[in-house]
Amino acid sequence: MKPVHVLAISLSACACILGLIVFLMQGHTIAILAPKGLLAKEELTLITNVVSLMLIVAIAVFGLAFFFAWWYRRSNTRAVYSPNWEHGAMSELVWWAIPIEIVLVLSAITWSSTHALDPHKALAIAAPPLTIEVVALSWKWLFIYPEQHIAAVQSVRFPVNRPIQFLITADAPMNSFWIPELGGQIYAMTGMSTELNLVADHTGTFAGRSANYSGDGFAQMNFTAEAVSGSDFDAWVESVRQSSESLTLHAYDALAKPSQANPPAYYGNVADTLYDTILMKFMAPARPDDSLPDSVIQAGDRSGGPSMGMPGM
Amino acid sequence: MFGKLTLDALIHGPIETFGQLSVVMGGLAAVGLLFYFKRWKWLWSEWLTSVDHKKIGAMYIILSFVMLLRGGIDALMMRGQQALAVGDQVGFLTPDHFAQIFSAHGVIMIFFVAMPFMFGLVNLVVPLQIGARDVAYPFLNSLSFWLTIAGATLVNLSLVLGEFAATGWLAYPPLSELAYSPGVGVDYYIWALQIAGVGTLLSGVNFIATIIKMRAPGMTLMRMPIFVWTALGSMLLVIFAFPILTATLAMLSLDRLLDMHFFTTDLGGSAMLYVNLIWAWGHPEVYILILPAFGVFSEIVPVFAQKRLFGYTSMVVATMLIVLLSFVVWLHHFFTMGAGADVNAFFGIMTMLISIPTGVKIFNWLFTMFRGRIIFATPMLWFMGFLVTFTIGGMTGVLMSVPGVDFQLHNSLFLVAHFHNMIIGGVLFGFFAGLTYWFPKFMGFTLNEKIGAYAFWCWIVGFVTAFIPLYALGLMGMTRRLDYVDIASGWHSLLVVAAVGACIIALAVCLQALQIIVSVWQRKKHVAGGDPWGGRTLEWSTATPVPFYNFRTIPQVHGRDAFWMQKQAPHTAAHEVEDIVMPKNTAMGLIIAGASFLFGFGMIWQLWWLAIVGLIGVALGIIIRSFDDDIEYVVPKEQLT
Repeated sequence: MKPVHVLAISLSACACILGLIVFLMQGHTIAILAPKGLLAKEELTLITNVVSLMLIVAIAVFGLAFFFAWWYRRSNTRAVYSPNWEHGAMSELVWWAIPIEIVLVLSAITWSSTHALDPHKALAIAAPPLTIEVVALSWKWLFIYPEQHIAAVQSVRFPVNRPIQFLITADAPMNSFWIPELGGQIYAMTGMSTELNLVADHTGTFAGRSANYSGDGFAQMNFTAEAVSGSDFDAWVESVRQSSESLTLHAYDALAKPSQANPPAYYGNVADTLYDTILMKFMAPARPDDSLPDSVIQAGDRSGGPSMGMPGM
Repeated sequence: MFGKLTLDALIHGPIETFGQLSVVMGGLAAVGLLFYFKRWKWLWSEWLTSVDHKKIGAMYIILSFVMLLRGGIDALMMRGQQALAVGDQVGFLTPDHFAQIFSAHGVIMIFFVAMPFMFGLVNLVVPLQIGARDVAYPFLNSLSFWLTIAGATLVNLSLVLGEFAATGWLAYPPLSELAYSPGVGVDYYIWALQIAGVGTLLSGVNFIATIIKMRAPGMTLMRMPIFVWTALGSMLLVIFAFPILTATLAMLSLDRLLDMHFFTTDLGGSAMLYVNLIWAWGHPEVYILILPAFGVFSEIVPVFAQKRLFGYTSMVVATMLIVLLSFVVWLHHFFTMGAGADVNAFFGIMTMLISIPTGVKIFNWLFTMFRGRIIFATPMLWFMGFLVTFTIGGMTGVLMSVPGVDFQLHNSLFLVAHFHNMIIGGVLFGFFAGLTYWFPKFMGFTLNEKIGAYAFWCWIVGFVTAFIPLYALGLMGMTRRLDYVDIASGWHSLLVVAAVGACIIALAVCLQALQIIVSVWQRKKHVAGGDPWGGRTLEWSTATPVPFYNFRTIPQVHGRDAFWMQKQAPHTAAHEVEDIVMPKNTAMGLIIAGASFLFGFGMIWQLWWLAIVGLIGVALGIIIRSFDDDIEYVVPKEQLT
């Protein structure tokens, strides 16, 4: 085969594969490109803007590369050949200037978008936020509703169009809490309370999962996030409250033991300071009496940001 | 007496047993061949005890190829598992085994494929390009190589005895702590990297000294070939970054062995500290690998475009800027750990800054092609493939350096596709180009161009088939390291495409092996003189294959592209041939590395007596070598004519 035939066959093969990939994506949820929440939407806009800016350079590079490769091939005797040309102050200035300018623009975008999309920041929505406390366990997710005094495992439900403040910690190796259709992820770590503010613009069921490898049951450490209307949410809270299952500290200890492929579970009652207890059990040396004083629990910085303080140290 | 080592360590499931058997049979086959061809003495005196930078370089590259096969089989098993385990099928790997495989794949590909390949090329080429007879410390060079071998042996021994880490290639705690990983897997990881890491650090010192002190007369810093500059940049990164890795892994092992609490969940330990430290090494590591690949292309493009490199000074400035910036971007690996917006934005912008010098390099290569006469031999094909894949990888990299975007793409398969784009399309293609380009210098014949071109195109098609689906899957919300996917996710068909892609890449690797075999077979047909490509730098000025002393007389350098200038206007003033002092072969590198292997094995299995014996062996080896004054010999000038 002539080299040019190999080239043609290979490039056609690549084109076919790209076509096949696009075809196979059809009919499935493309979470990042079809956002269902404010944060994910703004993140998608950001992706589009950044990609468009970079395409300016990429298209120039590809265009020049293939044109130069073709025109300055050895067999083209019409092309100019200047074997000693090695420096041009003007042209080099341009090579430096183009990426510098693009990076300047990107930096401005980065600075403002990082602050605007800070996961700790409350969303600019009039509705009062609903707080849900999230605990990553081996290998399931525990959701505690502190105001409603209920809890759920592997399934979280919240009202549509109402900002949700997720406070996230772990009683397991490091995990990452991610509902791609609603917005970006945040790590779940022992002794740390991280925060993620999300809102769903549509009702529906969204896939959520852990994004950071945490051991054997990791592949099934997924959960469903359901955005429902306000009245449906209230009705659901009521129905869960009827459940006789109660998440006491004792029941929690049993739940926290490693287990795989857990079915959803619901608890009609939750020990009051469960989240803080889980957070604090890694923060201080074990105490002879199990009940932690209130002052220590307060230090667990619930307002946002990983707490670096180490009470008791 | 036997620590944690019991007979259970040998007992595994059927797939692991196959792995065990392959390692043992492979070893036995090699030993058998050596006996059959009676090559033991040759192996010992010509290779194992050699301190010649060319032989050490060749052995590094052989190690890299063997490990590429191992890492590649890991990749095929992962792709196979993900293509099969869907719905009610669980595939052929248990979650724990799958995790060991993806951890081993990452560790092997970075530490025992990319790093040895890089050191192989640097060893082969740098001393020749600066007109030196060897590296500054030839014995240290041999020791570095054998320490790398000791590390690689430990990783592969975990196939036969015990298990490997099931934690991912960076072994984040708390998963890698005793509480969650009580087995020996993480210990294999720690001690393999500690021993190989010391070798790497010593190599870094060695090559910095070589480049600073051993250049031929007239070769000022600004006359050095760009490959030497990038090697210098890479080695500077090695000596600043690898101590961080050593300290981090030392703290992890103190946690595991002595019940300390650097990174544990309790008693004030912080996993976040480990994550910061490991990436403070890990990000520079990426540039340790990619800079020499940039250097290879900066050598190849001018030669095959038959034109001077455009913008030499810009290239040097860009290289050194990358060296500096690579230490201020580590946090972009964990924007999602919860730092504030100011911190995240700062590291995002620092990351983007790196794309400026990188972009300048790309434009300089393009304008080296401009008004050239380009010969499309396989090294140039690799360059074109690199240009396309690396630009795409660079774009996805800058995209993820924006924290707001990274929150959505981090830890997804989009990220996996991105770094394979950089490591395969950037690093590996660069090293393949370099190997094809420099092969005839050391072997005396060129590699078969036709099979080389087929292998290249297989790599390109395989790369697109294996990794573009991962970008798509990342956008669909699929995370990395899943040993099972739900059928409702719609990810399965794309995973099958990716598995086919991995097979095409495997075919490409087979074609590369075939290329070498056929080229050796037909070596009479492709005999290369000293300068088969029309080279520009000093390595092409000496005889082929290169004599052990490299240059009969040390060349005098009058400018950049020293050999090309010499060809344009030959200097008639011949140098007087003088006696040459060369380093003697020594087995001490092999012995010290062997002792450190025993030490590592002892630490892994808690065979304390063996660890102490190993440590004493290392100390004795260093002491004996230090008092040995008889390490050089003279090659009289009469032998050189």
